[in-house]
Amino acid sequence: MSVELEFIDVVKRFGDQTVLDHVNVTFAPGQTTVIAGGSGQGKSVAIKLLLGLMAPDAGQILIDGVDIVKINKKELNKVRAQFGVLFQGVALLDSMTVFDNVALPLRERLRLPEEEVKVRVEEGLAQFDLQGEGDKFPAQLSGGMKKRVGLARAMMLDPAVVLFDEPTTGLDPQITMDIYKLFFDTQKQHGFTSIIVSHDIPKVFNLADRVVVLSRGKMATFEQPEDIQHSTDPHIMQFVQETMGQVYSSSHEFSS
Amino acid sequence: MVVDGVVRIGRATIYHLRDVGRMGGFLYSAIAGCFARPFRFKEVLRQIQMIGVNSLPLILFIGLFTGMVLGLQGYYTLTKVASEGMLGMLVSLTLIRELGPVLTGLMVAGRAGSAMCAELGIMRISEQVDALECMAIDPFRYLISPKFIAALISIPLLTVAFDLIGIFGGYLSGVVLLGVNPGAYMLGVENKVDNADILLGVYKSFAFALLIVWTGTGRGYFVQKIKDAGFGAEAVSRVTTQSVVYTSIAILVWNYLITAVCL
Repeated sequence: MSVELEFIDVVKRFGDQTVLDHVNVTFAPGQTTVIAGGSGQGKSVAIKLLLGLMAPDAGQILIDGVDIVKINKKELNKVRAQFGVLFQGVALLDSMTVFDNVALPLRERLRLPEEEVKVRVEEGLAQFDLQGEGDKFPAQLSGGMKKRVGLARAMMLDPAVVLFDEPTTGLDPQITMDIYKLFFDTQKQHGFTSIIVSHDIPKVFNLADRVVVLSRGKMATFEQPEDIQHSTDPHIMQFVQETMGQVYSSSHEFSS
Repeated sequence: MVVDGVVRIGRATIYHLRDVGRMGGFLYSAIAGCFARPFRFKEVLRQIQMIGVNSLPLILFIGLFTGMVLGLQGYYTLTKVASEGMLGMLVSLTLIRELGPVLTGLMVAGRAGSAMCAELGIMRISEQVDALECMAIDPFRYLISPKFIAALISIPLLTVAFDLIGIFGGYLSGVVLLGVNPGAYMLGVENKVDNADILLGVYKSFAFALLIVWTGTGRGYFVQKIKDAGFGAEAVSRVTTQSVVYTSIAILVWNYLITAVCL
């Protein structure tokens, strides 16, 4: 179960600033695509457009062939039902316990009986190494644990597409590696289409099947992460030098 | 310079028109959310606790002292025309028609309206509202409509509590302290307050409840779209203050309009 996502000639402006300028890109089913780029280049905007949280000024956003710009709220919710999202700040509902946060989609979307919710949430918490944490509130968790709770919630309905907006921001290197490993294992297990927005270059390239670099409103696609180093675009070259600084080779270190 | 002025006025006009449109759409969605299934009975009860039950001590305290002051002031005014026997009528009509709904509205706007605004604002800036939308959960049905229902139930009841304790306060200062005839006081309350007076108070309390919950939740929900509000915690703080000010002004203006129409 995976879904194709596509931007066709997408334009997004904020006042006088054009963040996305006639962007065309396809996110292939079952693949992991990393969206990279400097700050303020519109990476998170791209995610919000895909989720229908913002509307583009022009262009089409196709999700399995459906243009989400033109559909109504009810149809948009059906499309969104295929998504799992891990926000930059995780966005756990802070007045609810970990258990209730993870149970939220099961209760509100599937309206499962409470016994089944309990079983599935316990399974989900165990999968992300969160046994015994169900009664805690988000404020009582570390950054890494919050990310895992967010991931557990995002995975609860077995989504076809998972979007990660800066999944390791603010985490120390060891927890960052743990989160990436967890993500890698989960993606291999479920086979969902995934999009990762990240500054964490080049580490995140180990997860990527493809890399898309956003620079000055344009998207450049690289079929292999290491191809990014051969770009002749001066802005991308500059981005590569600033973030990587040295020759990089995709190693898929998490697979071992 | 003239052109700059015209541009500024034009931009401000467009901004305010958009704001009115946003708030209108928000009200529509919130009311529609009240009828969307599944109903959130537990959340409505929780909100009644937050808006109504938790505000009750404050309302009773303010109502009691407002009634006592009305009793004192009314007594000294009425003695000048030898009509202190009409104290019960003066206190009860003033409370039921005007002070009860208005003071309850202002107190609840300051206490619960600001809390609703801050809660929604924080949920908005921390992407919790976005998270609900991404899970295909309608934030209106889930978060906002229960607050609307709870406010429309709680605030009229708080107003009734304010009126009753206020009349009792007037009795304490007028009858117990100043020696007004208790029978005359209660007769004034019983005979001079008719259904139209009570209905006027009820209309006002419903209108103020709507203003409080609409402005409080709406400003919080749109915290990122409000001009010059800033960002993050500062934006929430400014918008919360703004919502209380707007609600208070709206309550006073609507109080006048409803009184003018109903009299």
